[in-house]
Amino acid sequence: MAKVTITVNGKTRAAEVEPRMLLVHFLREQLNLTGTHVGCDTSQCGACTVLIDGRSAKSCTVFAVQADGSEVTTIEGLAVADELHPLQNGFWEEHGLQCGYCTPGMIMSAANLLQDNPSPSEEEIRHGLDGNLCRCTGYQHIVNAVQHAAGTKE
Amino acid sequence: MAASPVLPKLVGTRVKRREDPRLIQGKATYVDDVKLVGMLHVAFKRSDVAHGQITNVDTSAAAGMPGVEAVYTGAQIAEFVGPMPIGTPFPSPDHHPVAVDTVRYVGEPVAVVVATDRYLARDAADAVVVDYKMLPAVVDPEKAMTGEPAQIHADFENNLAVDSLPSGTGVSADLQTVDSSAVDEAFAKAEQEGVVVSQRMVNQRLAPTAMEPRGVVAHYEPGKDSMTIWSSTQNPHILRTFIAGMNGMGQDQVRAIAPEVGGGFGAKINIYGEEYVVAGVSKQLGVPVKWAEDRSEAFLATIHGRGITGYIDIAAKKDGKVLGMKLRLIADIGAYNMLLTAAIPTLTTLMANATYDIPAIRTTLYEVFTNKTPTDAYRGAGRPEATYFVERGMDMLARELGMDPGEVRRRNFIQPDQFPYATQMGAVYDSGDYAKALDKALEAANWDQLKAERDAARAEGRLVGIGLAMYVEVCGLGPSASLPTGGWEHGQVTIERDGRISATTGASPHGQGNETTFGQMLADQFGVPLEHVTIHHGDTGVVKQGIGTFGSRSQAVGGTVLHMAGEKVKAKMAKFAAALLEVHEDDLEFGDGKISVKGSPDSSKTIAEVAAYAYVPVPLPEGLTPGLSEEAFWEPANNTYPFGCHISLLEIDRDTGEPTLLKLVAVDDAGNLINPLIVEGQIHGGLAQGVGQAMIEEVAYGDDGQPLTASFMDYAIPRAADLPRFELSATVTPTPVNPLGAKGVGEAGTLGSTPCIVSAAVDALSEFGEKHVDMMLRPEKLWQIINGGQS
Repeated sequence: MAKVTITVNGKTRAAEVEPRMLLVHFLREQLNLTGTHVGCDTSQCGACTVLIDGRSAKSCTVFAVQADGSEVTTIEGLAVADELHPLQNGFWEEHGLQCGYCTPGMIMSAANLLQDNPSPSEEEIRHGLDGNLCRCTGYQHIVNAVQHAAGTKE
Repeated sequence: MAASPVLPKLVGTRVKRREDPRLIQGKATYVDDVKLVGMLHVAFKRSDVAHGQITNVDTSAAAGMPGVEAVYTGAQIAEFVGPMPIGTPFPSPDHHPVAVDTVRYVGEPVAVVVATDRYLARDAADAVVVDYKMLPAVVDPEKAMTGEPAQIHADFENNLAVDSLPSGTGVSADLQTVDSSAVDEAFAKAEQEGVVVSQRMVNQRLAPTAMEPRGVVAHYEPGKDSMTIWSSTQNPHILRTFIAGMNGMGQDQVRAIAPEVGGGFGAKINIYGEEYVVAGVSKQLGVPVKWAEDRSEAFLATIHGRGITGYIDIAAKKDGKVLGMKLRLIADIGAYNMLLTAAIPTLTTLMANATYDIPAIRTTLYEVFTNKTPTDAYRGAGRPEATYFVERGMDMLARELGMDPGEVRRRNFIQPDQFPYATQMGAVYDSGDYAKALDKALEAANWDQLKAERDAARAEGRLVGIGLAMYVEVCGLGPSASLPTGGWEHGQVTIERDGRISATTGASPHGQGNETTFGQMLADQFGVPLEHVTIHHGDTGVVKQGIGTFGSRSQAVGGTVLHMAGEKVKAKMAKFAAALLEVHEDDLEFGDGKISVKGSPDSSKTIAEVAAYAYVPVPLPEGLTPGLSEEAFWEPANNTYPFGCHISLLEIDRDTGEPTLLKLVAVDDAGNLINPLIVEGQIHGGLAQGVGQAMIEEVAYGDDGQPLTASFMDYAIPRAADLPRFELSATVTPTPVNPLGAKGVGEAGTLGSTPCIVSAAVDALSEFGEKHVDMMLRPEKLWQIINGGQS
């Protein structure tokens, strides 16, 4: 077992974990933060995307021990207080989700995208979300949602 | 008594979804989020060979590993979980949820491990050692039909699950008479004075791949002799029926819960072996047990879709009028019959008439066992295959005759005044106006300009093509005669004591947004704000009865029955209100949260006031019982038949063979729409899956039966950058089948998209004389055509 101290959504969490425990399972099983989902086992789908020290990362591809000492933000910690984050609001307004399973990861990836590029073109949004799979929406409303959040939607 | 809401009407408007706040904040509960005290975890040891006899299963090492509570071989599981039932009347071989003596596909379970944690369960499953005597793998369905290289099931000679099942013109309903004269005459006439086009086409195997893999938690409580099962399912009531039956329990003793369900696309209709095993193990051990599928398992053990080869022959006159059609179908159904496996290809034959008035059609269906994952319903389920075969055939006919692809279709359309239209295949189409959809699509795509753009691009040496396809599908399933589960739906509407509205629906959603659309309907029906209505679903402990969500039925059937239950409650409310207001109930109207006397709106009672009276009815009006809660069962007298037209523009890189979809225009007619925003989302999703099938998706197996596409690294589903911005428009032809006039739209996008994209590819390749290209449009295949090789 290894000792880790990880700040998750602003709260410092110390725990003993198996060295092989994936960060996503640490979040879901140990901290009960089940908003982060597991959709594949090869780092293709992005349902498990969180922010580690402000950068998007697939938490199924990170061991909890690798996140030791870092700051992790999950979908549960994206919004400030009771306000929806502009991306959450954009997904709601533009019908950017159906079953909702990919949505937390999609929003966290989009957060990283907008951080790097606050006014992305449609093409940049589509390429920027290439690491996140959605099987329901055909992505068009997701693109609209990101544009809504960026304030670039016509 | 008419409803006259003062509030703005919600039906028909783009109301944003009520489901979303929990989903966008990570506050929803999917099945893998369910945790119970003392819960154990199951892992399955799965076959890594396609076909083999199990000679030994050694569980001793696994049993001694940390955290392991139990290990079961297939034979041990068979002591308390029997072979799995299916939902169709076709003959079916025994199918144990865990293989007992023979494995028949890679991924078939061979042992079960139960441990205190999912990591330990997986460790122990890996430690189970299974010995096999290898048998030849049956991979090619057309070879399999000759019994080569092996027979998979003892009682199914030549691996035929269904052997040359005829339908269409001249075939009697009981199959006792098969008269081929009309079809033969049509082809004889075409041979003499018209044309015949013939083509073999493959509608390839696909993996449904809902983003949430399957999962199940079962909790048998010995003290109560009751079972609660949470599962990622499209139909909890059907799950309850089967789980009860397989565990020797009554349906009253089992509660099935579909929590938040992360997509289904047909694959979560099935009741799977893992669900039976997890329930059975929980009953054996008396503790809660969970299994969460991982993606690699999903590619192996969740059903696949499509996988049908079609041989189509179309006989036509030189003016394009179709005289007759023959379609021979060979369905590669995999190793076993699952719940609806055998019935899915019969939907292909049912829809072979397409949108055309064809005087003579014969289909012949073969279903073949192979050493692959079983197939079953995947979005569209048999109808995209029919659309693909017929529409590609019509495109070949247009090309053969040098006609415009829209014009050849127009000359064959069933006309609006022919509805209801009894097809050669036994369907009765409810309503349609196919020329209207075609015209709208031609206009939306700017067809003549599109052709001019294509020709201009070709003049520059580019390979650009356009494609067009019509579709009609069978939705709103359906009369009970056509569904083994029963084709009805159930709904209950309750006015609570505080005047708020609770409703339950058996149409258990998995992304469709029924809480919103059904809420819109009820809010309008009672003249209350949407916030006053709550829709409950997905829990057999709360929702008394139900069938589920599949076959684009939730609005057309589930929505209708809820509307009917609402009307019953309104009728009773009016009686209570009439007593309070001392008027006749016919003089009342609903609106703005009140029931008012017509013409004197000041004389009214709020819904809450009427409810307060109805639940403490002093005095009780004569002939009334207390309370305001009414339920309804309803089944439609017919299915619905939505339709549409899709047009695409596609370019193929001459140097690399890489295809790019430049444009996809879709006109869909789903009848009346409750929420156009949600409808658009459904169409987008269906189109994306159609584009996926046409261009990048294919489940592949090696000659040894080893799956070659068992992860997202090898199986490509569309990403955001793979798709163009879809261009949607609609025509509205209501159905007379239900009072809402709604037809259903969940699967529509998967139908027209594949033939219109492949036809665009064939058009782009026209300079090479290629008549047909099979899906998927792999660049290497297209490059071969461009460079003069075989496709």
